[in-house]
Amino acid sequence: MFNRSAVLNVRSIGHHAVDAVWRLGYASRFFGLTIASSGTSFRRLRLLIRELYFTGVLSLIIILVSGLFVGMVLGLQGYHTLQTYGSESALGVLVALSLVRELGPVVSALLFASRAGSAMTAEIGLMKATEQLAAMEMMAVDPIARVVAPRFWAGVISMPLLSALFSAMGIFGGYLVGVVLIGVDEGSFWSQMNAAVDFRNDILNGVVKSFVFGVAVTWITLFEGYDAPPTAEGVSGATTRTVVTSSLAILGLDFLLTSFMFRGF
Amino acid sequence: MPAQQQLLNVAKIRILDSFHMQSAYQSAKKVSLLLHLGWLGGVKWFRIRTFRRRLVAPAHLIEISDVSFAYDDRPVLTGINMVIPRGKVVAIMGVSGSGKTTLLRLIGAVLKPTRGELRVAGQSVHDLDQHGVYQLRRRMGMLFQFGALFTDLSVFDNVAFQMREHTDLPERMIRDLVMMKLHAVGLRGAHRLMPSELSGGMARRVALARAIALDPMLIMYDEPFTGLDPISLGVISNLIRRLNDALGATSIVVTHDVQEALELVDYVYYVSDGRIVAQGTPDEMRASTDPLVRQFVYGETDGPVPFQYPSRAFAEDLKIVH
Repeated sequence: MFNRSAVLNVRSIGHHAVDAVWRLGYASRFFGLTIASSGTSFRRLRLLIRELYFTGVLSLIIILVSGLFVGMVLGLQGYHTLQTYGSESALGVLVALSLVRELGPVVSALLFASRAGSAMTAEIGLMKATEQLAAMEMMAVDPIARVVAPRFWAGVISMPLLSALFSAMGIFGGYLVGVVLIGVDEGSFWSQMNAAVDFRNDILNGVVKSFVFGVAVTWITLFEGYDAPPTAEGVSGATTRTVVTSSLAILGLDFLLTSFMFRGF
Repeated sequence: MPAQQQLLNVAKIRILDSFHMQSAYQSAKKVSLLLHLGWLGGVKWFRIRTFRRRLVAPAHLIEISDVSFAYDDRPVLTGINMVIPRGKVVAIMGVSGSGKTTLLRLIGAVLKPTRGELRVAGQSVHDLDQHGVYQLRRRMGMLFQFGALFTDLSVFDNVAFQMREHTDLPERMIRDLVMMKLHAVGLRGAHRLMPSELSGGMARRVALARAIALDPMLIMYDEPFTGLDPISLGVISNLIRRLNDALGATSIVVTHDVQEALELVDYVYYVSDGRIVAQGTPDEMRASTDPLVRQFVYGETDGPVPFQYPSRAFAEDLKIVH
């Protein structure tokens, strides 16, 4: 009996491993197909613009409001810490650097995954469950070119823009709390920030990060939707998995990217 | 321009007058030929070529010879032989899970047969690449079980979908064509609605208008009667016959709604356990003495298809010891 259950356990571990590898391969193929059939999205810009509206414009509110609050919290916390060393004037640097390098790309990507990503997964999963994708295929229209690719590029394009807006809003929030509310010197707030933030090392690296997050999140999102079992539980499970997987992917990738980008420090 | 406009108006009126209102798209093709690629230049030449090809094609639209299909090791269809003549409405009937829908998928080239040959319009589906499959599907229309309308598009845009994807027709012409298609299913007045605002029967009719958008040579219906009220059911069944005859198309109806189907179709194939066990005209089916067919046609609960799912002996399950 012991032997038999041990064998079964080993077998199930193997089964999970094979499954995971198989899914990864399928996801990679899906990614390749999406890239290969992107032509339609750029030839018919109207498709892309529509998706940009749904993924980008409709995510604006949550991104802007969260950015503002994150910046305000940074202002408060930063001030309290900095004033013990008597260097409140560096508040602008602290707020700007933490937003541009880390919080901007990471938090906006997390928000994007849960706002736009889950919506995309659910939409595509439901399109599959109600046979809309099969119908499209029967009408000789490739669903990857017509449905998936425009959403993919919309996500990739809007992610860096959203994270830039998040950072800008956060800096404004830090300014509100630090300068307007607490009364840190306005001149040193801006000038120190101006001197410390480097365009290539800080801002450009932040943009690269958010671009990578954009690709990863949209890929995961679309794949989960496309691969969802065509039932109610299937779609809800896929939506949950989207948020969990893409959040983990964002944080993991962030560590990797940071360790490559800022190893000189 | 005025001369062409006039010509087009004459053509439009003639289309509207004709009994074959649904084949407006074909008339449009002729108009565009007439204007020799004037402002209608967008109509693609291959559509006109396929139109010509249609005139010289073989008598049977679909020929299936000795086709088998299996998912991995599990056989779904074995040794299917079937012909579907041009212009007829043919039913594929059978209990749920007998492989009817798989057969439809094979004809639509979604799946490829593991053995045997399947020819659609004289073309072997086996040899087609992705491009060829898509070319073939442009000449097919399919009505899905619950319509499968695109929920983010209005009724109008749903019907216009294929015209916009596959042709460069000007928007004005698309509008006319869509209105004619919707008129044919009696829903011209509903063109602004979204799919969520439609009843089940209406959604099915819109899906039908969408399926015939490009005047297909073959229309496939996957369980078209499921979940409809008696009135909608009658409407759909009437439309299947009328559209088939008006478009000069061929129709395949996959269904287990026996009485409705026997009224409607020209020929029946009865599928059970992945094999064709009986075939004939509706009258032959009604008169059949085959117990399997009788059970199905008259809806008897027990017979060759047992009421009980295969199980152990009843006494054994109740733990009755003798």
